[in-house]
Amino acid sequence: MNLTYTPEQNAFRAEVRSWLAAHVPKGKLEHFDASREGFEAHRAWEATLKSGDWGMVTWPREYGGRGLDLIQWLIFEDEYYRAGAPGRVNQNGIFLLGPTLMEFGTHEQKQRFLPPMASGEEIWAQAWSEPQAGSDLAGVRATAVLEGDEYVLNGHKIWSSRAAFADWAFGLFRAPGSERHKDMSLIFFRLDQEGVTRNPIRKINGHAGFAEIFLDNVRVPAFNRLGDEGQGWHICMATAGFERGLMLRSPARFQEAAAALAALWQSRKDQCDPGLEAEVVRAHMNAEAYALNIYQTASRLIAGAKIGAEASTNKIFWSEMDIHLHETALAILGADAELLPPTGEHEWLDDYIFSLAGPIYAGSNEIQRNIIAERMLGLPR
Amino acid sequence: MDFTLTDEQLMFAETARTLLGDTCTPDHWHKMMEQGTAFDAARWGQIVENGFTLLMLPEAVGGMGLAELDLALIAIEAGYVALPEPLLESAGVGAPMLAGLAPDHPALGDPSAIIAVAPAINPVVANADIATAILIEKNGRAFLATPDQVALTPAETIDPLRRLFRIEWDETNAHDLGPADWGMALDRAALFAAAQGLGLSQRSVDLAVAYAKDRMQFGKPIGSYQAAKHHLASAQTAIEFARPVVMAAAAGIGHADVHSRARVSHAKIVALEAAEKAARASIQVHGAMGYSWEVDVHLFLKRTLALKAAWGTPTFHRNRIATRVFSQPVGADQTFARENEHA
Repeated sequence: MNLTYTPEQNAFRAEVRSWLAAHVPKGKLEHFDASREGFEAHRAWEATLKSGDWGMVTWPREYGGRGLDLIQWLIFEDEYYRAGAPGRVNQNGIFLLGPTLMEFGTHEQKQRFLPPMASGEEIWAQAWSEPQAGSDLAGVRATAVLEGDEYVLNGHKIWSSRAAFADWAFGLFRAPGSERHKDMSLIFFRLDQEGVTRNPIRKINGHAGFAEIFLDNVRVPAFNRLGDEGQGWHICMATAGFERGLMLRSPARFQEAAAALAALWQSRKDQCDPGLEAEVVRAHMNAEAYALNIYQTASRLIAGAKIGAEASTNKIFWSEMDIHLHETALAILGADAELLPPTGEHEWLDDYIFSLAGPIYAGSNEIQRNIIAERMLGLPR
Repeated sequence: MDFTLTDEQLMFAETARTLLGDTCTPDHWHKMMEQGTAFDAARWGQIVENGFTLLMLPEAVGGMGLAELDLALIAIEAGYVALPEPLLESAGVGAPMLAGLAPDHPALGDPSAIIAVAPAINPVVANADIATAILIEKNGRAFLATPDQVALTPAETIDPLRRLFRIEWDETNAHDLGPADWGMALDRAALFAAAQGLGLSQRSVDLAVAYAKDRMQFGKPIGSYQAAKHHLASAQTAIEFARPVVMAAAAGIGHADVHSRARVSHAKIVALEAAEKAARASIQVHGAMGYSWEVDVHLFLKRTLALKAAWGTPTFHRNRIATRVFSQPVGADQTFARENEHA
């Protein structure tokens, strides 16, 4: 174990810091889920990032990345959150589908899909859940039928984040008549193509950022299938591993929020229950523990290990930590907490509302606990 | 930046797991409790024979010159078997302190010697009666005494595998070793308590998992029910997020700054919280059996309670973290920061 950065890593941090200082937009962009304008403003930011070659630093150069390792990615993320840079509108692409494509895609598929993903030219949504298939994802009913060199897609997808405005979706489909985990395929389709209807769904924060998607005889080239036919379930589980284990939620996000919470506490503690200091310290501890756990995972992956069922413990930890952090902020704000627009730089109330989604998306925490119990601890199904 | 352990470290931990797993079994616990003893000379002999007591001593005094991280890996295994013998207090705290203050002391030449420690923060001293030397804190100085130079009164503890004594002593009957680094002694002891907490918590979970696979209710193993699964999954999650903190605390302890102290404190709080959470989940999953003396989970709960409050309560340690949070820069780039060195 050596918990110091190398001179090269420190130099890399300085490089990221100075580029972001010169390029991060000064004013806050409208949220990418709030309107088409907000969405496109974030797309433009992705293009700016790409102009500095910062789209997705861990990817190989030939696919639009910089070929850096996971420790450098964590350093990049530190600086990204420190700089208050805009949220990544393409997170479903760069953090979920990207690593999955890297593992299961053909060279041609990587060349076709990764560079425009890294640059934000093509923004992705995930189309897995259906009205009758949520936690029980193996219950999806949407179908894919191969006709010549095209798939014909039919079905109803729902709870797709970014789908209201995104360009592409990666969906889970099955061969007609097949059952449960068998004969499923992961297939990409354009959200603006013939036969696709998307209806935005309003979230509890008022934003329209996720959507239901109806597919009516949507034709896509067979090239859009990732992995082999029937391998869809296996690939989805790998994607979920990336999502839960490492990429989706950077430690920096929570460390910066915990630092802001400490500052909020310092500025208002005279008006607060002194017992809240323990919760502020706890928020710092949680964020640090999460960061250390992620550094440990990154080191393991660099040494050749793979992400396993322990990814589910991450998802539980960060989602519960996020709620605790924000409920502490609201407690410090007291009666001011409900007032709009929020006082100060941080939108504690909005972020609190968003934190409540954490234990639900990316596989509910109840499902994560089942996975831990069955696959880590070996308890019977 | 690398969080991985070396093959040598993993091998040491494996040796400790095998040795302690073989010599500190449930049968051993039960026998010791029947006999009312909490020290097994044969087992201590094997621990000594494997070199574990020499691990942190400098090579100049015949030790192995290894670091806290190496011993912390063994402490995890000691926690997993609720080890009664004072390996961590003696080899992890007492011996290195004595080596720093009096490198020629004869006790350092005897790997089986127990060096007991009496810091001001603890009301009792573990294994003081069988110690070769006792290091006592007073006004920042360390005094050295043998058991016959002090008055020891056994203190009863809820943990049947711990041996504690109250100590009365007089400066005229002790040897003044001068100013001593009691801060480092506390950091080391807290770190090793945290590492034991990881082992204690994993054992509590493992005991419950084994029971939940076997125990049938409503025609199914109780471990197939989500209510039982979720208790244990939550405990395992707490362990997974305590472990890297303990490892980082061990790796950074030598810096002896506000950051390293806060990290040791963080490790102690969360590892023993995980251990308490796991023990209580385990008791609940065992049902009425969990509340009986017959099931061993109570040993892990009791050791957890003891270590949680010894060498600084959770409040004491939380205050050390608060000092770090409110006196130093915080944020994403400060995870591995050192005092007086701002990135």
